[in-house]
Amino acid sequence: MEQFLGDYTFRTVALGTAILGAISGALGAFAVLRRQSLLGDAVSHAALPGIGLAFIITGSKAPLILMVGAGLAGWLATVVVLVITTTTRIKFDGALGFVLSVFFGIGLVLLTFIQKFPDAGQAGLDSFLFGQAAALVEQDVITIAVLGGLALAVLVLFWKEFKLLSFDPEFANSLVLPVRRLDLGLTTLLVVAIVIGLQTVGVVLMSAMIIAPAAAARQWTDNLGIMVLISMVIGALSGVGGALLSTSMSNLPTGPTIVLCASGVVLVSVIIAPRRGLVWEQIRRTLQARRLRSEAILLDLFELARKHDSYEHPHMEAALKVMHPNASTLRRQLRSLHSKGLISVHSTGGWALTEEGMNTCKGLLDKRVR
Amino acid sequence: MSLFQLEIQLVAAVVAVACALPGTFLVLRQMAMMSDAISHAILPGIVVGFFLTGNLSSPILILGGAATGLLTVVLVEWMRKTELVREDAAIGLVFSALFAAGVILIARYAGDVHLDTDAVLLGELAFAPFDRLQIAGYDLGPQSLYSTGLVGLLCAAFIILFYKELKLATFDSALCATLGFLPGLLHYALMGLVSMTAVAAFDAVGSILVVALMVGPPISAYLLTNRLDRMILYSILLAVTAAVSGYWVAHLFDASIAGCMVAIVGVQFGILLCIAPNQGLLAAWRRRKRQRWQFAIKMLVIHLLQHEGTPEAERECRVDHLQDHLAWEKPFAENVVSRASTKRLLNPVGESLELTPAGRELAREAIVHR
Repeated sequence: MEQFLGDYTFRTVALGTAILGAISGALGAFAVLRRQSLLGDAVSHAALPGIGLAFIITGSKAPLILMVGAGLAGWLATVVVLVITTTTRIKFDGALGFVLSVFFGIGLVLLTFIQKFPDAGQAGLDSFLFGQAAALVEQDVITIAVLGGLALAVLVLFWKEFKLLSFDPEFANSLVLPVRRLDLGLTTLLVVAIVIGLQTVGVVLMSAMIIAPAAAARQWTDNLGIMVLISMVIGALSGVGGALLSTSMSNLPTGPTIVLCASGVVLVSVIIAPRRGLVWEQIRRTLQARRLRSEAILLDLFELARKHDSYEHPHMEAALKVMHPNASTLRRQLRSLHSKGLISVHSTGGWALTEEGMNTCKGLLDKRVR
Repeated sequence: MSLFQLEIQLVAAVVAVACALPGTFLVLRQMAMMSDAISHAILPGIVVGFFLTGNLSSPILILGGAATGLLTVVLVEWMRKTELVREDAAIGLVFSALFAAGVILIARYAGDVHLDTDAVLLGELAFAPFDRLQIAGYDLGPQSLYSTGLVGLLCAAFIILFYKELKLATFDSALCATLGFLPGLLHYALMGLVSMTAVAAFDAVGSILVVALMVGPPISAYLLTNRLDRMILYSILLAVTAAVSGYWVAHLFDASIAGCMVAIVGVQFGILLCIAPNQGLLAAWRRRKRQRWQFAIKMLVIHLLQHEGTPEAERECRVDHLQDHLAWEKPFAENVVSRASTKRLLNPVGESLELTPAGRELAREAIVHR
């Protein structure tokens, strides 16, 4: 760890991946909430022909120029999806799949075309497919930071509007907010977030950087601001973690490693997140089932007590067993009810309601009647 | 045209048809993005199968890939059922994690063998004729022709055998379940077919372009017809055309064959989007224009009917009055009047307009139907 942090190349790469993780995390939160997760997938695949064309037209491999090309192509893809879904009966998924794969196919044709250039300047372009974080230099990190910073600044500036747009676009419309322009703006920011990650993570896996941090963050909170912050932190940590892992092991490509780190965070979040997670849900179900079972036993005793002159008349466990043949944990339930002082045990070994147990039963029945 | 070229075109056409068959149902069931997910997610299955057999066109690979494809479907379904992650995000998460794992496996363990990341994305259609199926010394043609042909036949057989069940499950899943046709089972069977087709086609066209072949021809065909059988037929025709013409375009520009096939798929859709008889943009534009005149003529005859035989008729039923009353521009009003009179709905008597019996009829009908 020490040796990595001292290493200039590693510091540059880690800083770059951290920044892009944070930015795609922030904008991904909005994409996931607006059910546009797969739009990110389409945009990132569709950026490929933009990269190829930008290179063919300018002959330059400067990251900024390629990013502009990628951004324009990605943006065009969202427009084409919009045109197809609004003018025909083809649904969103069909339009997305079509645009994604056809743009990508054209991009591949352009790449094979560029490969035949005499000076073979295409070496850098290939890295856009699966990303090449190790090739990040200071200039790239500055580009990422400036573009990402701008996107974040716009996000903060229109925070209120974007929030409203994500949760209740009809209401936003009724407030005479320019919903369509805001929608376009937020999609453009998403395109920016995707474009700055392409060089590092690659067009094929960039969509995971949009979805994964946000989907993980969603499990931990119900508050948009906190969700965006958590998502940024998860994105940045996945970026650094992936860069660290791929530097420390040979033949471990950075992009896919970052994606697997982020996916791992999603899995952990889905399992252990408080209140929403699977573990939490299981505990809640078990407790609920246990409570219902002990209530049932208490009510059984109440039913038996009504048939006798006094509620203190003890009833044998066998009788209770007959009333609830499936309750395998009868003994434990009885002991727990006893420790709560709701039932008492008699010298004969029989059980009876206490005064307090009687009142609890009445309360329960009252609640059920209502 | 040499035998070599013919064989490539044959493999391309068979792959395209094999993809278009299950693709039609994916598009109609609004699950086009599942083809994207499955085609990415089969990668680790293929890589593991490749390590086991050392051969990219072994039948074990098809089964292994199909198993990973079904695993994707099951995982997406599981994530969706937890209600912690929405379906679109679940699709994006599952396939990118599996694809990342596949890329890492290739980079770490298969760096110097025939399976590289370029093959993953582009396929190797041009090399298809080199890998030949030989039985007892006889050359039976390219091996990929048999693997894709077999999967294609399987798809065709499945669709023919379960045509009415598939149709019912696609258009009315609830009714299908009520009648006891098990739409869930059909869903998994279809997904299994999609996975197998994706693996078989993977060798030829790569993992992402499979999506274009599965989604492209069916959505183009969807623009042309409202009938399922026609849609399947048109998809097949479009797929074959794209395969053959894609090959020749690639031949002309010396570019990737698969990439060019996909580009043609894109062009086909673009053309049909413009000129499709009922769904196309051109047809929609002409329909809107026609409706505009029809509506104007109805307005005119209703206006004339309202004022016919009243004291104001002299003033109201004149061409120049329409400009005030209906807020029509003068040229537009004159145009409407001349169109209505050529249809014998009214007679211009000097400056004033007089309805014919047919015009009166139309006006009454329009009022009733409003």
